Amino acid sequence: MTLVIKNGRVIDPANSLDEPKDLLIHKGRIKAIESPGSISFEAGEKPSVIDAKGCVVCPGLIDMHVHFREPGFEYKETITSGCQSAAAGGFTSVAVMPNTNPVNDTRAVTEYILSLARAEGIINVYPIAAITQKLEGERLSEMADLKDAGAIAFSDDGRPVMNNELMRRAFEYSKMFKLPLIQHSEMLDLTEGGCMNEGMVSTELGLKGMPAEAEDIMVYRDIALLEKTGGQLHVAHISSKNSVELVRQAKSRGLSVTCEVAPHHFTLTDEAVRGYDTNTKMSPPLRTIDDVKAIKEGLQDGTIDIIATDHAPHDIADKQVEYQNACFGIVGLETALPLSLKLVDEKILSIGDVIKKLTFTPADIFNLEAGSLSLDNEADLLIFNPNLEYSIDISKFHSKSKNSPFDGWKVKGKVIRTLVKGKTVYSANEN
Amino acid sequence: MFNRKNILGTKCLVEEEITTILDTADSFKEISTRPIKKVPTLRGKTIINLFFEPSTRTRTSFEIAGKRLSADVINISGSSSSTVKDENLIDTALNLEAMHPDIIVVRHGLSGVPEMISQHVKCPIINAGDGYHEHPTQALLDLHTIREAKGTLKGLNITIVGDIAHSRVVRSNIYAMKTMGMNVKLIGPSTMIPLGIEKMGVSVGYDLEGAINDADVIMMLRLQKERQSRYLLSSIREYSNLYCLTSKFLEKAKEDVLIFHPGPVNRGIEISLDVMESERSLILTQVTNGVAVRMALMYLLLGGKNDTSN
Amino acid sequence: MNSVVFSEQDISWAVTRITHEILEKNKGATNLVLVGIRTRGATLAKRIAKKINDIEGIEVDLGILDITLYRDDLSAGKQNPLIEKTSLPFPLEGKQVVLIDDVLFTGRSIRAAIDALIDFGRPASIQLGVLIDRGHRELPIRPDYVGKNIPTSKADRVQVLMREDDGKDEVCIIDALTKDNS
Repeated sequence: MTLVIKNGRVIDPANSLDEPKDLLIHKGRIKAIESPGSISFEAGEKPSVIDAKGCVVCPGLIDMHVHFREPGFEYKETITSGCQSAAAGGFTSVAVMPNTNPVNDTRAVTEYILSLARAEGIINVYPIAAITQKLEGERLSEMADLKDAGAIAFSDDGRPVMNNELMRRAFEYSKMFKLPLIQHSEMLDLTEGGCMNEGMVSTELGLKGMPAEAEDIMVYRDIALLEKTGGQLHVAHISSKNSVELVRQAKSRGLSVTCEVAPHHFTLTDEAVRGYDTNTKMSPPLRTIDDVKAIKEGLQDGTIDIIATDHAPHDIADKQVEYQNACFGIVGLETALPLSLKLVDEKILSIGDVIKKLTFTPADIFNLEAGSLSLDNEADLLIFNPNLEYSIDISKFHSKSKNSPFDGWKVKGKVIRTLVKGKTVYSANEN
Repeated sequence: MFNRKNILGTKCLVEEEITTILDTADSFKEISTRPIKKVPTLRGKTIINLFFEPSTRTRTSFEIAGKRLSADVINISGSSSSTVKDENLIDTALNLEAMHPDIIVVRHGLSGVPEMISQHVKCPIINAGDGYHEHPTQALLDLHTIREAKGTLKGLNITIVGDIAHSRVVRSNIYAMKTMGMNVKLIGPSTMIPLGIEKMGVSVGYDLEGAINDADVIMMLRLQKERQSRYLLSSIREYSNLYCLTSKFLEKAKEDVLIFHPGPVNRGIEISLDVMESERSLILTQVTNGVAVRMALMYLLLGGKNDTSN
Repeated sequence: MNSVVFSEQDISWAVTRITHEILEKNKGATNLVLVGIRTRGATLAKRIAKKINDIEGIEVDLGILDITLYRDDLSAGKQNPLIEKTSLPFPLEGKQVVLIDDVLFTGRSIRAAIDALIDFGRPASIQLGVLIDRGHRELPIRPDYVGKNIPTSKADRVQVLMREDDGKDEVCIIDALTKDNS
């Protein structure tokens, strides 16, 4: 019922806090944040105590882009295993993409997902519903109904909305419900048959390339349409330097554009594809060192608002095939924190900024009641040790799928404990 | 000395290795002229040809090479279509390895497969062509043929013509030829030449006529109809007008220029019939040398390695 | 310790004697084929062929055999022994073939040479001439013509140097206890 977390370095970007503090949690809510040692109790009360010495205590992380594959592809991941994976990665809220089977384009599927997540009671799951029915890119989905059922944004992710007229109408329609459209920006005709970034590496490896222009052109189109119609655009998994620049310019014109980046796009380049490890295959693909540089600059100057993993679990049968035939995507929930903390080592971001892009800012953009340690908020917390070094071991992942290129990497920054509504949903000691 | 475990490509081969392979191939060429075209060198060894892409000539060449060394050669056609979900690729390789082959020769329509297989099996792998990545034995037999005819490789000019973007023959040849000191020029329609390929140390052009005078060797490539999208060409007719090697183009060539083609030839599209049959065409010599080079590679990979000691 | 067991003069006398013995046994040089094994056997065969030409005025068919591909010890031996050219550009049917090698030891090289020869054709007979027989046979092979019998211990190395290949004519034994300085 009552929990005290003491001796931690509390970082809460929402409240511009970065100090040693003790927290008091009661009935699942944050009741006090005080100087260390100052929390007092009634006589007779015996709270549980968590000693967060040497650790950072921050809001539970929020991942605005995950694929939990349920309903329809439960062999890759279920809502349960996905939530367990998220908790192990320090996330207390995730937004799930609608490319399930059936697609989340109706109230029924949205409510199914929400009820499953609630029944499991591990972390908070926010559904993202489809922009178009069945993701076919032909007809708008029932956005009003979907919002009412609990959808917090719309996306056809996995796929782009190719039809220009339909995308224009999608902006106009969604504007009425004040929910953002999340676009997987990819001009499919330019990337047809491609499986990695187009460049010197793809020429040498004999693999068909997906040029960065496929992303840039759609980002440009969406910004142009948004400027005309109004609405809110969020560019999913940005990867190309020109796209970052387009978003930067759109923001400077005051347009309602935001974007996210996945950790693999600031950690790896297309050189990682040498050796044909299918865990380097994702869409958008790993790009060149110039793109990675531009992404880091975008993170620094705020052009890139949030970090989101695009957690895409795939079974070994879908990955242990020829590179061309392998499914796109890698899991990301359990590697996001250490990879993002590398940005601190590289002096790209401060630790507070990293946490902000994973907590306050996503909640702010998508209007979620999460991402901050304000008094009376639900106690969704992450306790992590920023200095603890360890090796990533995919066999210990909680996700059903182990498709990650980071196996064996020596990293720094380990999740010690994740709490949702004051209840521990992951503890490093028991795992 | 030859210490490679696999022959996956020519990119990593150094000059000494290529020279050793060519010298060894010289000795093996003579065996094919004997009345008994066999030596007992690889007697009792098992060589599996795992061909996921249909290919009569390359597979036959490997088969004859192995049999002339007295090895037992087994041909397996794998289904390369991803829609036919039979046995997974890695499972197929592991199952074969469980039968203790001494070499697996792999050809596949998709790049990277021989390398993937080599990461999972212990026996040597020879890449017989993967997607449009590498075709090392073809490049080596091309070099062998050139060296045989010209006596040397260093400083020679070669012009390679055709669908550069989708050619594994071109990539393997570029690496091997640059290692041996040749000058490589690539000619083809701009849609079929990858952007930035000059960084491989080659020159690029779109005009066949201008690339003929200096060439010591002209290599024509196959129009890879199965690998192209429909947007790369206007018509075969126009392609052939611009890039088909005819005697008219050859008027400006050196007297002793050599004509190559990895085969099979699309007559009248890549080379005209009279040029194919002229004495400057070494297309059939390439085939003969193919057997010798493949024998040499099998010998070099297996000769001197045996786990039963006497 | 190197000890010279056969000097330049000794070699010259032996080659002459072997040549005469070959002619004597085969009743002349018609129908005769000389085949030299690997480098120095081939050198010796060339010298014998020249001597036959001097004596009989006949140019005898001369072949070179590389037996690397026929060895039974490809595994145990050095990795990838370099192959040299084999050249037997004449028919063997009905001929008396004289194999020539520099040193006869275990007999395995000769067995490999016989296998190779038979792949090329069917000679009327195969005879064997060697400059040095050092004993320690492992197969039932016997020479028809010998330059000199030299007893050795199995671990010794017998080094044959030929003027055309090494600059001088000499045969020496490098005994087992000496470090190999080649």
